[in-house]
Amino acid sequence: MSRQNEARPRRAILLASAMLVCLAAGAQTKSPADGIAEYRKMLEDGNPADLFEAKGEALWKQRRGPKSASLEACDLGKGPGNVKGAWAEMPRYFADTARVQDLESRLLTCMETLQGLSAAEIAKTPFGRGEQSNVTALATWIAAESRGMRFNVPQGHAEERRFYELGKRAFFFRGGPMDFSCATCHSEEGKRIRLQDLPLLTKNPGDGIGFAAWPAYRVSNGEMWSMQLRLNDCFRQQRFPYPGFASEATIALGSYMGVNAKGALSIAPGLKR
Amino acid sequence: MADPMRIRAQVAGDKATVRVLMSHEMETGQRKDAAGATIAAWHIQEVSAQHNGKTVMTAQWGPAVSKNPFMQFNVKGAKVGDKVTISWVDNKGDKRTDEAVVS
Repeated sequence: MSRQNEARPRRAILLASAMLVCLAAGAQTKSPADGIAEYRKMLEDGNPADLFEAKGEALWKQRRGPKSASLEACDLGKGPGNVKGAWAEMPRYFADTARVQDLESRLLTCMETLQGLSAAEIAKTPFGRGEQSNVTALATWIAAESRGMRFNVPQGHAEERRFYELGKRAFFFRGGPMDFSCATCHSEEGKRIRLQDLPLLTKNPGDGIGFAAWPAYRVSNGEMWSMQLRLNDCFRQQRFPYPGFASEATIALGSYMGVNAKGALSIAPGLKR
Repeated sequence: MADPMRIRAQVAGDKATVRVLMSHEMETGQRKDAAGATIAAWHIQEVSAQHNGKTVMTAQWGPAVSKNPFMQFNVKGAKVGDKVTISWVDNKGDKRTDEAVVS
C-alpha cells in the first residue's frame, strides 16, 4: 500500500517533465526566422513589386526621350531586345562600351544612346525620383524575366575577371568610423541584424538568398529596391561615403556576389520586411 | 494619371477570390519632409467592386491603409468569364478603374 502511494507522485513528476520537454520543443520549432518566413508567405500573394514590374514592361516598350525611341533595341548581353535570362548573366563585359556593366549601368547606356536621355543626369538623381524611379522599374521587370533561372555570371573576358577581383577587394575593404567591411556581416554563417538573417556572400548562399533575392520590394518603407540601391544602403550602414550610382565599385561588388552565387535560383522580384 | 491596378480573380468552389494590388502613395498627412513642412494627406478614400456591372462591395479607406495596398475578397456565385471591375477615388479626386475577367 505505502509502496504504491510512493510510486504515484513519481509518475506524475515524470509526466510533468515529459510535458515540459514537449513544450520546449514546441517553442523551439518556431524561431523568429520562421515567423518572418510566414509573414513573407502571407504577403507573397500580393507582392507590390508586381506594380513596378508592370510599369517597367510598359516603359521598355514606350517611345520616350529626346529621340522618341523605345528601349527594345537595347542589348543586355543576349542580343538587342532579348530580355529573358539577361539578369542571370549580369554584370558582364560589353564590347560597345568596352567595360563591365551591371543591369542598371547598362540601362543608363541604352537610355542615353537610344533615347537621348543624359546618363550622367540620371546617375545624379536621388533614388525614387524622376528617371531614377523609371530605371528601378525597368530593372524590376528585366530581373523578373529571369525569375526561376540560375545565376551564371560570365568570367570569360579579362575585364570580367578583373571586376571580380576588384569586387573581392571592395568586399573585404575595412574602413569608416566603425572599421566595417561587407565581410564583417556577410562572411560567416548564421549572422543577423536584429531579426534579419544575413546571407553569406563569399559563396553561393542558396536559391533565392542574397544576390538572388534582389531587386525586392521593402514592405517597411514601401519602396522598390534595385541592387544599386541595396548596395548604396549597405555603404550607408557601414558609414562609408555613398558610392556613385552605377560606379565601378558597385558594379565590381555585383560581379563578386553574382559570380559567387553561380547556380543560385533567382526569385526576383523578392519581398523584404 | 494613376498607374494601373493588378487584378486577379479566380474561381474557387461556388465563389471567386479577387486579389487587387493598387498603386498609390497613401500619404497619411502625419509625416514631415526634410524641410519640416507637413506632407499633405493623399490617400484612397473610396473603393468599389462590381461584378458584371452590379456593385458587390464598397469600402471607405483612410490614412491607416498602407502604401501600394493589397485587397482580397470573395464574390459568391461568380463564374469563369465574369467581369470584375474595381474603382477607387482618392482625396484629391484622382480616380482609377480597372477590369479583370474571372478565370
